[in-house]
Amino acid sequence: MRLPTLVWKELRERPSAMLTSGLTILLGVAAVVAIRHVTVHAEGEVHRQLVALGANVLILPSEATLQDYYAADQSGKTLPEEHVSEVFFAGLTGVEKVSPKLSVPATFSGQPVILTGILPQSEFKTKVAWQSVSMFAPKKHEACQRAKSLTAEPDEAPEALAKNRSIEQLNKNEILVGADIAERTGLKSGKSASLFNETFQVLAVLPRTGTVDDGRVFAHLHTVQRLAGTGEVVNAIEIVGCCEAAAGDLIPQLRKLLPNTKVVTISQVVQTQVGVNRLITKTSWFVLAVLVTIGCATVAGAIAANVRERRREIGTLMALGATPSFVSRMFLLKALWLGVGCGSFGCLMGIGLAMWLGPQWAGVAIQPLPGLSTLAVFSASGLAIVAAYWPARKAASLDPCVCFQEV
Amino acid sequence: MFRLENVQKTYSRHGATVTAFQCAEMTIDAGEYVAILGPSGSGKTTLLSLLGGMLSPSKGGVWLGEQSLYELSVTERAKLRRELLGFVFQTFNLVPYLTALENVQVPLCLAGISSNEQQERAALMLSRFGLTERLRHKPSEMSVGQQQRVALARTLVSNPRIILADEPTGNLDPESRELVLNSLTECHREGRTVVMVTHDPVAAKRAGRILQLIGGELRDQGDAYGRRSAA
Repeated sequence: MRLPTLVWKELRERPSAMLTSGLTILLGVAAVVAIRHVTVHAEGEVHRQLVALGANVLILPSEATLQDYYAADQSGKTLPEEHVSEVFFAGLTGVEKVSPKLSVPATFSGQPVILTGILPQSEFKTKVAWQSVSMFAPKKHEACQRAKSLTAEPDEAPEALAKNRSIEQLNKNEILVGADIAERTGLKSGKSASLFNETFQVLAVLPRTGTVDDGRVFAHLHTVQRLAGTGEVVNAIEIVGCCEAAAGDLIPQLRKLLPNTKVVTISQVVQTQVGVNRLITKTSWFVLAVLVTIGCATVAGAIAANVRERRREIGTLMALGATPSFVSRMFLLKALWLGVGCGSFGCLMGIGLAMWLGPQWAGVAIQPLPGLSTLAVFSASGLAIVAAYWPARKAASLDPCVCFQEV
Repeated sequence: MFRLENVQKTYSRHGATVTAFQCAEMTIDAGEYVAILGPSGSGKTTLLSLLGGMLSPSKGGVWLGEQSLYELSVTERAKLRRELLGFVFQTFNLVPYLTALENVQVPLCLAGISSNEQQERAALMLSRFGLTERLRHKPSEMSVGQQQRVALARTLVSNPRIILADEPTGNLDPESRELVLNSLTECHREGRTVVMVTHDPVAAKRAGRILQLIGGELRDQGDAYGRRSAA
């Protein structure tokens, strides 16, 4: 028999008292691990989006809020579609593409979806030809280095919509289906599907993006306007700039051109998302601080109560030759096990919770973060020891014969 | 072996100072069997605690051999208890969540002896007390007599030179009482020093010398034949 055996046997004898105090550690670690997993992955996703979207600019109704770039067209507020032409024909330097969007709720194969109307780039080219305006030959910004993502895939393939935010060709009887919708309905490219009692042909199934776009059905803007009866309006106009510098320079020009709209760069939208994430992170640290305080107090209380009810046993051990350090180690080891056990279990719970809720709440897939998880378990263990330190010292300083007098 | 000089132990209670024990001089020689007789509250346990290095005297000194006990640190006194002393308690003080075997292993565990040796020595000691069938039983699963035998086995397993027994027969039936007293006599015969505090005059008669504690003061009553020690 060794000290750990002694501690383990005592712990097994009175598991409920210790588990009750361990529950605080468990829940605290679970909450913090879950929140941190979601925020870390959400920040990673924001960064990825920023890199992918590069130089984009959004024109939104003035009353729209900036929460999520991909859902910016779902505010329900609208702009006149004529703004699209105004932008297009203004001949602004650095404008690469203009992509208006209108999103309306719809039912598709019996399921509620977001139906998003988009305007294919080919229509702009046609307008250019009609009006003999030479601006479409893009005026490159001086510092132009085209955004990486835009060079990655040509717009000719309909699937490029998922990444390039625009499409070259789209007929009025064609639709594009997000990955989630395709998975749920079993639709494939070339099949027919019904929408607002009209039959459409599936042009393509978009590759998975991990964003709200996976749950959308895309159709021609004018088709969506007709089906939803909205008139010639859009929710957002996305402008693909030729470079980041161009996007920045476009803002004052666009604000001057469309004074009653909100003009933001993608980085501003992303900054908003980053801000939300930081708020969540700060909240998680606050939650952590509260739970640490409660956890420490609970563990300290439980260990102190344990010391009180074991005074006679401690006295006996001291009479048999246990040193004060042996006695304090008995309680510190118990606290350590409590911290490691409840911390580990809490960590697993937190990861599970994050993996379950992350895709639903933050729209990101969660992978376990070993560093964060290890840190959480170590912190829980350390805190449990710190909390038990004072009661353990009290136990070590007990007078053995005072314990006998209680008999 | 033990020497007490001008020892006084006082407590403060509600502003008043209460003398729990006092003794001008007392000596217990190595190999002696001494009974300290006295009624409840006479200071018997205080004396035993002083001898066991667990209670610092308010005045005076306690020596074990040439070593002044209370000049040692708490840790050194714990080590000394582990190596030289064995306690027998009135209420046995077995650890409730450990089996009989594990309870007897405790002093060996504290001494840092290997687990295998602990088990062998503890099992052997329990078999000496007729508890071979009870090795895996917890105190709550044993009779009072069996619990006291486990406690005795725990005291003797580390082979202490000095046994300090606090009312060892107080809670026992006649049969168990006899077994405990015989064990203490056996320890004495083996050359160990035995100090037993009791309020039972019949039990005290087993000792070679009886010291009477009255109102916290120690008086030498001499041996079973009325002979007093030189001190």
